[in-house]
Amino acid sequence: MIPAKFDYVRAGSVSEAIALLDKYGDEAKLLSGGHSLIPAMKLRLNRPAVLIDIGHLSELKSITEEGDEVVVGANCTHKQIATSELIASQASVLAEAARTIGDVQVRNRGTIGGSLAHADPAADYPAALLAAEAQIEVEGKNGRRKIPAADFFQGMYTTALADDEVVVAVRLPKGSQGTYEKFFQPASRFAIVGVAVVKRNGGVQVGITGASDTPYRATAVEQAYAEKGVDAAELAAEGVDMMEDHFADAAYRAHLAKVLTRKALA
Amino acid sequence: MGNFIGKSVKRKEDVRFLTGKGRYTDDIKLPGMTHAAFVRSPYAHAKILNIDTSAALRAEGVVAIFTGSDECGNYGVPCGWQVNFKNGETMREPQQPLLAKGKVRYVGEAVAIVIAETLEQARDAAELVEVDYEELPAVTNPKEAMQDGAPLVHDQWPDNRAFDWCIGNDRAEVEKALASAHHVTELEYVNQRLAPNAIEPRSYIADYNVAEDKWTLYTSTQNPHLIRLLLCAFALGIPEHKVRVVSYDVGGGFGSKIFHYTQEALLTWVTKQIGRPVKWTADRSEAFLTDAHGRDHVVKAKMGFDKEGKIVALLADEYCAMGAYLSTFAPAIPTYLHGTLFQGLYTTPLIHLDVTAPFTHTVPVDAYRGAGRPEATYLLERLIETGAKEMGMDPADIRFKNFIPAFDGVNQPGYQTQVALQYDSGNYAPVLKRALEMVDYENFRKEQAEARKQGKLLGIGISTYIEACGIAPSAVVGALGARAGLYEVGEVRVQPTGKVSIYTGSHAHGQGHETTFAQIVADKLGISIEDVEIIHGDSEQSAFGMGTYGSRSLAVGGSAIVKSIEKVLEKGAKIAAHKLEAAVEDLEYADGKWTVKGTDKSISFGDVALTAYVPHDYPEGVEPGLDFSSFYDPVNFTYPFGAHIAVVEVCPDTGKVTLKRFVTCDDVGNVINPMIVDGQVHGGVVQGIGQALLEGVVYDENGQMVSGSYMDYAMPRADDVPMIETDRTVTPCPHNPLGVKGAGEAGTIGATPAVVNAVVDALWHLGVRDIAMPLTPARVWAAMQGKS
Amino acid sequence: MKISLTVNGKQYAHEVEPRMSLTHYLREVLNLTGTHIGCDTSSCGACTVLLDGVAVKSCTILAVQADGCEVTTIEGLAQGSDLHPIQEAFREHHGLQCGFCTPGMVMTAVDILQNNPNPSEEEIRHGLEGNFCRCTGYHNIVKSIQHAAEKINA
Repeated sequence: MIPAKFDYVRAGSVSEAIALLDKYGDEAKLLSGGHSLIPAMKLRLNRPAVLIDIGHLSELKSITEEGDEVVVGANCTHKQIATSELIASQASVLAEAARTIGDVQVRNRGTIGGSLAHADPAADYPAALLAAEAQIEVEGKNGRRKIPAADFFQGMYTTALADDEVVVAVRLPKGSQGTYEKFFQPASRFAIVGVAVVKRNGGVQVGITGASDTPYRATAVEQAYAEKGVDAAELAAEGVDMMEDHFADAAYRAHLAKVLTRKALA
Repeated sequence: MGNFIGKSVKRKEDVRFLTGKGRYTDDIKLPGMTHAAFVRSPYAHAKILNIDTSAALRAEGVVAIFTGSDECGNYGVPCGWQVNFKNGETMREPQQPLLAKGKVRYVGEAVAIVIAETLEQARDAAELVEVDYEELPAVTNPKEAMQDGAPLVHDQWPDNRAFDWCIGNDRAEVEKALASAHHVTELEYVNQRLAPNAIEPRSYIADYNVAEDKWTLYTSTQNPHLIRLLLCAFALGIPEHKVRVVSYDVGGGFGSKIFHYTQEALLTWVTKQIGRPVKWTADRSEAFLTDAHGRDHVVKAKMGFDKEGKIVALLADEYCAMGAYLSTFAPAIPTYLHGTLFQGLYTTPLIHLDVTAPFTHTVPVDAYRGAGRPEATYLLERLIETGAKEMGMDPADIRFKNFIPAFDGVNQPGYQTQVALQYDSGNYAPVLKRALEMVDYENFRKEQAEARKQGKLLGIGISTYIEACGIAPSAVVGALGARAGLYEVGEVRVQPTGKVSIYTGSHAHGQGHETTFAQIVADKLGISIEDVEIIHGDSEQSAFGMGTYGSRSLAVGGSAIVKSIEKVLEKGAKIAAHKLEAAVEDLEYADGKWTVKGTDKSISFGDVALTAYVPHDYPEGVEPGLDFSSFYDPVNFTYPFGAHIAVVEVCPDTGKVTLKRFVTCDDVGNVINPMIVDGQVHGGVVQGIGQALLEGVVYDENGQMVSGSYMDYAMPRADDVPMIETDRTVTPCPHNPLGVKGAGEAGTIGATPAVVNAVVDALWHLGVRDIAMPLTPARVWAAMQGKS
Repeated sequence: MKISLTVNGKQYAHEVEPRMSLTHYLREVLNLTGTHIGCDTSSCGACTVLLDGVAVKSCTILAVQADGCEVTTIEGLAQGSDLHPIQEAFREHHGLQCGFCTPGMVMTAVDILQNNPNPSEEEIRHGLEGNFCRCTGYHNIVKSIQHAAEKINA
């Protein structure tokens, strides 16, 4: 499998990447780890004329604390996230999700920024970010903005990211300790359903991926939790259209959402 | 004798694979080599209205483009096995064209080939070929293909029927026995379609040498000589002595690389047209679309029992998909390699199978590891297990009750089945006994009851199996429709220095022949294993060969080598006798030398070899040289058998099946290299587990394959399976010189029903009686809710 | 585009098309054909190499992305005729049959043992989740890696 022809540019900085995005418009795609983009390009489902490589930009590779937040650079690999002590102690829900992604090799190379921009409806991070009430920090020619996770994921392979914007970081509130329960699609290893739960201030925040064409916050569960406890999990699929494929029909996905939510709440 | 046979000798081939020095076809680069890419049908069934190659021809680097309108469109690849209709008519045999002509009949069928200087250029140009199609309705399910009004795969045959076939006793008699049986168990299920998925995708390079008017085809095949024969005599009509077929290292086959594929013939045709070598290697996506698939039987079966649990009759009706064309061995799979195994290990007195084999708008279906025998075993073992449970009997007991009594094939005759075959030797109870012991069956039942109280769902499933391997006596398979003999060739060339080169017509693609065959030769000749080299995979080196499939290499190919060694020793003895001034009868051969009995006068194998090539002091009437070639045509199939037991746990919340243990006791006759045999069993078992739990080709209603990549087609990974616990009994094959039966497919044949039986066992108390394969969590969970 | 990188300790510089994968670069340009391609979707792991010391799927990395990097392939693992302990263990314990997935398995095993010198059976199996083998049923691959770990730690 060979991608269609393209030009390749290495951006020297985020601002250079933005300038290049501005120049090439929707002809261009950003490349970080490439583990979402390159497979799609090999199948020629995606055929950008220009690839702007930001994968080597070290300014996007760090995991730091800023005030009440843990800031994860967009170029951090899944492995880096899965093994970071800071994340383990302040935003464990993200590490829990990271360690279920792909496989050893994919985690060594794939990045959080690339995964979020690609927005596969069965990706693992979205559940964790929704549950953590994380923000995705992006930068474009009009400067930086922070997009709440709940607004960022807009549908299958669709995000709030503008054409000229680069995902630069993910910001998670400290104390985003939680769990991620994933039921693997046995071929792709993506989630048939993945449920992340962060418990904060006596309440719960629940993010669900894989079940629907857009990852969602299980607000019905969250609202019922105080009263019903783990039984609130029964509301995990409430009001959400479930996806179907040859691994799992809608009824089974809804069932899994409940089972995994219960497990994650326990 | 015995330094090597029976020992786990480390493989001679491993170092090259472990250091990246294997020679797979795609690793080969020839000077001036061009690259091919295919334009493939996006429809399962369509008329080709027009193909416009003009833009593609103008693209950078393009050397040539061919379509079905070119001369190659007149050629097709043949089917190698003829099955006749029940009424005696010949099966319907459409030509499988090298490039589609007029119509396409499955998604991925090639309509044009683009040749360019680089692979990138070929791919780019292929995108520029414009094809106008008129899409037509398609049918992919074999049962639906037989319904009135089903879309036709070939217009000239208005019922889609490739052939029908039956075997066994008179149907009416079997039905009568079922009607009066104490209990009848009935199952309707699909033995699903599988994609073989050798990890090395198919790869071919064709190279025409104009000065010599000779072709070389490098191909990832399991049987280079057979490909040469089919290619030359049938596909292209080119002279066989002008074609060399080379198949060095092949990255797994599992049956899918037996067949003569259209691409092999097309590339061989193309190279002469363009006067340059041309290479094509499948992408995984192309492999899913174009490698022949396996299984795809829609089954209805009944097994009748008397009140003791003895089987009184077995009846089955099956719809077995052929795909759009008949692949090389396709017609044999659901017939002679399937129905003939319906006796299993049991004394069933009345058996009947009716097969209907329709064309479908899919890639052809052909042999896949086990080829017909896994399907037979699945049917028998699901029925007997279900029957036992329905009658409240123990599934192990019912099998013991039905086993054919032991027979060694020497002092007792072979066992004549109701379905044509005569088993060679068998002793069936011990394999099941041993497997039950290994798994601690009695304790398990207690554990299971205890676990159930705690809400845990444990299950145990048994499968026994028998298979027919080592295919097979040429006269027999000829009578059954094979269009080739199924002997094997083994040549021993002793070099003047006493080193030995073995040329075999068998082909290794993971089986370790370079080691196993060398063990035999080293032992028989009493020389070091380092002094033996096994050469295979080149039609210009080995005289001939039928290749490797059906677990035949050791039983047939190994026996051919033994025959040649015997000839070497016979001639060697004459030379030795001359040198030792003794009579041949007074010599004995051991430890690599001939010794005059009762003396210390001896001559080594190496000295005899040297004498044979430097015949200065030489026996009269004996030719110089020391090499022999033999054809070994077996007198019967071989019949390995065994018992497999799976232990599973089913998650009550999700239906996910976890395989806790997998235990096998196999009997493959004598064993040359236990390490390699164990490895064959491990791998086979995991493929069988794959069918039970994970794998399945899925088509949508338009005939699009929705499981056409590793993102959508699940296969076992390391963390899906446990260690496989193996043991063996040994019942030698009475009719080949090594006493071996074959081990390549056993694992796959036994494993699938064992796993399904185990899952059903775990859920039986919930009312679950059957679940469709693969047993995905979604299906298991639905079954637990009473929705299966 | 011009790239320069180190492969198995040797420095290389080549002009390549941006769309050339690292696998193709190794196989077609450097003739290091031990690294294999078994799929289109980064699933099978046959193409696994070490990139700056960690296991990656070279079919999903562009050669241009590897500019300036250090690559180790299966050909670079043995020291002369001395096999790496993992290679040796695969041979000793029949961890391979057809050999096609083997280079990827071995390179992945290097990464597994780098991160966890004493892995349990479960950890090894989990570590191999990105590598398909269709021949061995994984049984002897897992055993080989267990034995390699023992040998390396000895």
